[in-house]
Amino acid sequence: MLAAILALAILAIIFGLLLGYGAIKFKVEGDPVVDQIDAILPQTQCGQCTFAGCRPYAEAIAKGEADINQCPPGGETVILALADLLGRDPKPLNAEHGTHGEKTVVIIDEQVCIGCTLCIQACPVDAILGAAKHMHTVIKSECTGCNLCIPPCPVDCIHIVPVGTTLQTWTWPSPRDEHVHSA
Amino acid sequence: MSIPRKLWRIHGGLHLPGHKAESMQQPITDAPVPPELILPLQQHIGNVATPIVNVGDRVLKNQIIARAEGYVSVPIHASSSGTVIAIEPRVIPHPSHLTDTCIVIATDGKDEATPVAAVLSDYRQMDPAELRNRIRDAGIVGLGGAGFPAFIKLNPGPQLKIHTLILNGAECEPYITCDAMLMQEQPRAILDGLRIMQHALHAQRCIIGIEDNKPAALQALQAALHTDEHTLIEIVAVPTLYPAGGEKQLIKTLTGLEVPSHQLPASVGVICHNVATAYSIAQAISHQQPLIERIVTVAGPAIPKACNYRVRLGTPMKYLIEHTGASPSLPARLIMGGPMMGFAINDLQTPVIKTTNCLLALTSQELPKTQFELPCIRCGECARACPAQLLPQQLFWHAHAKDFDKIQDFNLFDCIECGCCSYVCPSHIPLVQYYRFAKTEIWAKEREKSKSDIARQRHEFHLQRLERKKREDEERKRKKKEMLDKVTQTDSAADAKKAAIAAALQRAQAKKATQASPQNVEHLSEQQRQQIDEIDKRRANPSTVASQPGKDNES
Repeated sequence: MLAAILALAILAIIFGLLLGYGAIKFKVEGDPVVDQIDAILPQTQCGQCTFAGCRPYAEAIAKGEADINQCPPGGETVILALADLLGRDPKPLNAEHGTHGEKTVVIIDEQVCIGCTLCIQACPVDAILGAAKHMHTVIKSECTGCNLCIPPCPVDCIHIVPVGTTLQTWTWPSPRDEHVHSA
Repeated sequence: MSIPRKLWRIHGGLHLPGHKAESMQQPITDAPVPPELILPLQQHIGNVATPIVNVGDRVLKNQIIARAEGYVSVPIHASSSGTVIAIEPRVIPHPSHLTDTCIVIATDGKDEATPVAAVLSDYRQMDPAELRNRIRDAGIVGLGGAGFPAFIKLNPGPQLKIHTLILNGAECEPYITCDAMLMQEQPRAILDGLRIMQHALHAQRCIIGIEDNKPAALQALQAALHTDEHTLIEIVAVPTLYPAGGEKQLIKTLTGLEVPSHQLPASVGVICHNVATAYSIAQAISHQQPLIERIVTVAGPAIPKACNYRVRLGTPMKYLIEHTGASPSLPARLIMGGPMMGFAINDLQTPVIKTTNCLLALTSQELPKTQFELPCIRCGECARACPAQLLPQQLFWHAHAKDFDKIQDFNLFDCIECGCCSYVCPSHIPLVQYYRFAKTEIWAKEREKSKSDIARQRHEFHLQRLERKKREDEERKRKKKEMLDKVTQTDSAADAKKAAIAAALQRAQAKKATQASPQNVEHLSEQQRQQIDEIDKRRANPSTVASQPGKDNES
């Protein structure tokens, strides 16, 4: 009897120490789920989900404070990927946050621009180049199409243009979708 | 004839009706230079060339009009003399039917060439690097179809030893005969090109693989071979079986070697080039002739007299088809490439480019009846036909479900898009379309992923920058406040005032001391000096400040 209790107690202490050591040694910094969610989100940083960027939205999803259907730029693809990752049921995009459309970027009409720098401050990815009272321009390859620079512009010189398809970005259509359309 | 060598059989494949005799009745004919040449900047795999001419410039035949950009790129030459009338987007031969930047030349009919520089043309005295540079500058890409810059395939790198150089003359797709005709008519030039490539690669042996349905080509090459070369160069007839001309398939047939998944033939010590590429290389090295024309088979039921034409690159397809005597109206369907791997051309103004090996014109009678896709019955015919030994059915399911991770587990990227699976499918499923869709979709996803990664990094940096700026502002504010606090901390305002006056006095005196040193005292007489001393003494007495300028004079 006593021997059994002793043996179990010793085992419990050993495993307890092991677990305690493991908890310190293999401590995970931050929440890995947030990183995984953040990797799925399109990183436009547009804030249409009501959060201040993709990462805050990812954190809110992980905490259960936000739903998975609040990202209009990501559209259905992102919702499906999030549903798959989190084991939730996919649902259609919440129209309150916007609609999923063609990819766009912005351009600055350089003739009209007065060089106020307001758009530069608004850009979440520093994709606008310029200085006070000097012409501004958008680095097209870095623009995420978040359109956050448009409201601050006092002279409405920023316009949305579709990215368009080039030879490099063109994809073959799916025969399945073609059938759906023709049916 | 050499001893028959052992051949290996590839998996799958199809015996297709050849339709080759129609276009082999006549020798290769020169197509006339069209009034307008349209030269797309992207004619091959790799980076787009950069134009170096302006609208209005006069250009000569063989002149470089766009230079190579980066490593995987080759320049583009003017196919005839004339004036550049536009550099603008035009429809290019591509399955997307999209437009891309083209240099448009209005030809002047003189066909005036740039003067040929008298340079060394014996390849045996050139080192491989120089050969590669010349081949690159001649704008030569693989003419078999994919259009990969040829010079790169002559540079396997120092760690790979190439033992076998294969020349691909299989030309397995129905209707296409441009390589067969070239082998019949220019066997010597093709062998010259092969020797140049062998010299550049230091390959120990060369094999020319030709399908056995081209006896004339086989004979012509055998006859052109030097008697002492039989040990180095072998000309081998391979069984006619589509797709025997696929690069990996031909290597398997001739050497028994299998190129591993996701690797290039060079990894097993083999390099494979097309016969037309060899011909162009011979032209470039021996005659300094860049790639400005190629042989194009114009065939199909809508063409009354099928034939092979030597066509200037940039010739609009409409011009070429009209030249054959076909009705100028649009054929029911025009296909660039063969019936198995080609794609439809919608706009007849599309130009012939470096990779245009065949134009196939179909009338409305030959158009395949629109057959609706039926459910897969899992018969497995596709797997039996697949020359890449893939599981087309599995690939189909995953492409259908857009499950792009799983489809890569089934080696989607080893698919050569030969079309055998679609051809045998009893349910008329356009399998290759599904694979093409999946491939381009995966590439698009990868592009998006890398773009969003960059956006994330930039956003994180942006946040960091804002944070830093905030910290710096606070720091500055804090310092300013500290300064103010220090001043107010001193005992009283009067003390501060006194201290300020004292400090001002000190400053004034220090200034005086530095300014008061006398000038022009170098060459004074003894008398003058004494006078100065006296005056100084008088001056010093009433004041307490110990300024002694006289001291300096004594030294």
